[in-house]
Amino acid sequence: MKTGERIPLCNRDSSPNELYGLMFGIRTFEQSLLDLFQRGVLAGTTHTCLGQEATAVGVFSALNLELDCAFSNHRGHGHFLAYCGEAELLYLEVMGKPGGVCGGRGGSQHLQHRNLYSNGIQGGIVPVATGIALAEKLKGSGAVSVVFLGDGTLGEGAVYESFNIAALWQLPTLFVIENNGFAQSTPCALEVAGSIRARPEAFGIPTTEIRTTNVETIRNETSRCVDAMRDGAGPRALVLHNYRLGPHSKGDDNRDPAEIRAAWDQEPLKVLRERLDTTEVQLMEAAQTERIGRARERALAAPRYEY
Amino acid sequence: MSTKDMSERPTTVLQSLNAAMHRLMAGDSRVVVLGEDILDPYGGAFKVTRGLSTQFPDRVLTTPISEGAIVGLANGLALRGMRPIAEIMFGDFVTLAADQLINHAAKFRWMYNEQVRVPLVVRTPMGGRRGYGPTHSQSLEKHILGVPGLWVAAPHALGDPGSLLEQSVALEDPVVFVESKVCYGRFLTRPAELRAEEIRTARSPFPTLHLTHRGGSPDGVIFCYGGMAPVALEAVERLRDVDGIRVDLVVVAQLSPTPTDHLEALLQRGISEVIAYAEEASSSAGWGAELVATIEEIRASIAPRRSIRHLRIGGAHTPIASSKEMELHDLPSAELVAERLLECF
Ligand SMILES: Cc1ncc(C[n+]2csc(CCOP(=O)(O)OP(=O)(O)O)c2C)c(N)n1
Ligand SMILES: [Mg+2]
Repeated sequence: MKTGERIPLCNRDSSPNELYGLMFGIRTFEQSLLDLFQRGVLAGTTHTCLGQEATAVGVFSALNLELDCAFSNHRGHGHFLAYCGEAELLYLEVMGKPGGVCGGRGGSQHLQHRNLYSNGIQGGIVPVATGIALAEKLKGSGAVSVVFLGDGTLGEGAVYESFNIAALWQLPTLFVIENNGFAQSTPCALEVAGSIRARPEAFGIPTTEIRTTNVETIRNETSRCVDAMRDGAGPRALVLHNYRLGPHSKGDDNRDPAEIRAAWDQEPLKVLRERLDTTEVQLMEAAQTERIGRARERALAAPRYEY
Repeated sequence: MSTKDMSERPTTVLQSLNAAMHRLMAGDSRVVVLGEDILDPYGGAFKVTRGLSTQFPDRVLTTPISEGAIVGLANGLALRGMRPIAEIMFGDFVTLAADQLINHAAKFRWMYNEQVRVPLVVRTPMGGRRGYGPTHSQSLEKHILGVPGLWVAAPHALGDPGSLLEQSVALEDPVVFVESKVCYGRFLTRPAELRAEEIRTARSPFPTLHLTHRGGSPDGVIFCYGGMAPVALEAVERLRDVDGIRVDLVVVAQLSPTPTDHLEALLQRGISEVIAYAEEASSSAGWGAELVATIEEIRASIAPRRSIRHLRIGGAHTPIASSKEMELHDLPSAELVAERLLECF
């Protein structure tokens, strides 16, 4: 299997330092993409997960990365990196180069690596992830299937068809619903009626709702869901409230700057950093910055398609 | 082609498909069948799945009314090494699964750089003449033709529907398998007076059936598929017996991608002055239109000085009426096909 410059992964035993390191790696990667776009190096589009790194790291550190499956959405770089750490392969993919994880065919929103998949169609991935859970259940593999959906994606009917079937057939699907406050330019209040958590609950899916940027809390809650699912308890939903710090994609942001500034006070890296040893954090950050930088430079130097 | 089966004892299209479903499930534990109302004793709206849930209770899943999720689940199953066969109760409802077919099933293999396969078959009955009205009678397959990565195949009573289904599962790429609801009860037969020849190639694996008159080149050719095969055959017989005109019949099983190499082989055998394309949907932007274009491209390259008169024959460009008389009037009949061809001679 092809591989490149990688960042270290986390599991249930990873220390806060290590969790921080992975979140910092994802943040650095995402910021560098925005920078590359600004410099005109990248074409197309990208959706970064700035401010949502704790979801990626919290969820994937609770999984069995050899066994479990995940279906990610348009905002999937953090999920990908927390799953396999392959920063260089992801850079190459986003750059549309032959060495990318999908040979540059998929790009930012269409990734596939081992048991991780992503697609840029809102909602459509949810029944597919549910089918993955069905396959794993039929095979008796013990794997769970995790799928990520944003608040805006709750507008898609496919989501509810999947809730219904996952619950009817007691499939090991974990629906991670991330309410980052917005769907592109539209605030949650204009696109989601009623309660988010009541949605999966209406189908009898046990749902945990947390309003936190604490990565350890997310890891703990995900672990509880996954353990129950592995014991055959059927689907689970996790509703996570956080805030998208960056633009929806590259530069499209009409939100109140004061609101964004306030959110930076709550963001997951800051929250965790306050509890860590400053010197260790600095060492960790330096090491990650160097790794990501190496991955980026190698990807930038790699050949493009020539026709 | 199991001409043997046909001669031994009469088999209907439905029996052929149902037997193939049983063989598929018995032969491969990765085969999972899912769809609405498919459990015994009901056994599916058109009974293609009859008996399966009794025999294989763990791998036959009756679903809620969720066509998008049915195909979505099947996509997930296929990605993870299973061999799903999904049923959409009426072909009219394929629109609800369009996203799963076009943006998921058809794309995964290519967009993930050949790292995955999507061995998925979506079976669905299309077509009218049963009085089911505007939303249960359509032939919507033309809307899913030409999608890169998506195969569309159609069994017919002049071929071997069951083998075609087994071939679809073996292909390991997504196939929409378009059955004809009026043909389920038809016996598998081939007219003895016509010589039958099948074309299949590695690039276009679903067979094209070429039925020709013996002795000399024909006056014309009719292309058709699925439920139009018996209708077109009747037109061929009528033209021969009543009007003394010899028209060959080509029954295509691979609707998409267009089996260009089969068409090339057919044109190499001889270029007819008149070619008709008979389909049940309205012919606007349809299957026949694509064939006309492809055949013209081939003709221009192999016989630049010859010309072909092309004739698309389809249903009325309106929804399909519930009224029996109106429906039968608006869908192409054997008389209509014969009359339209006669106008050319
Ligand atoms: C079916 C579909 N409709 C619209 C879009 C365009 N689109 C991409 S992201 C997005 C907003 C999604 O919002 P949300 O689900 O909250 O996720 P977030 O972007 O906040 O992570 C939209 C409308 C799409 N990709 N797919
Ligand atoms: Mg959102």
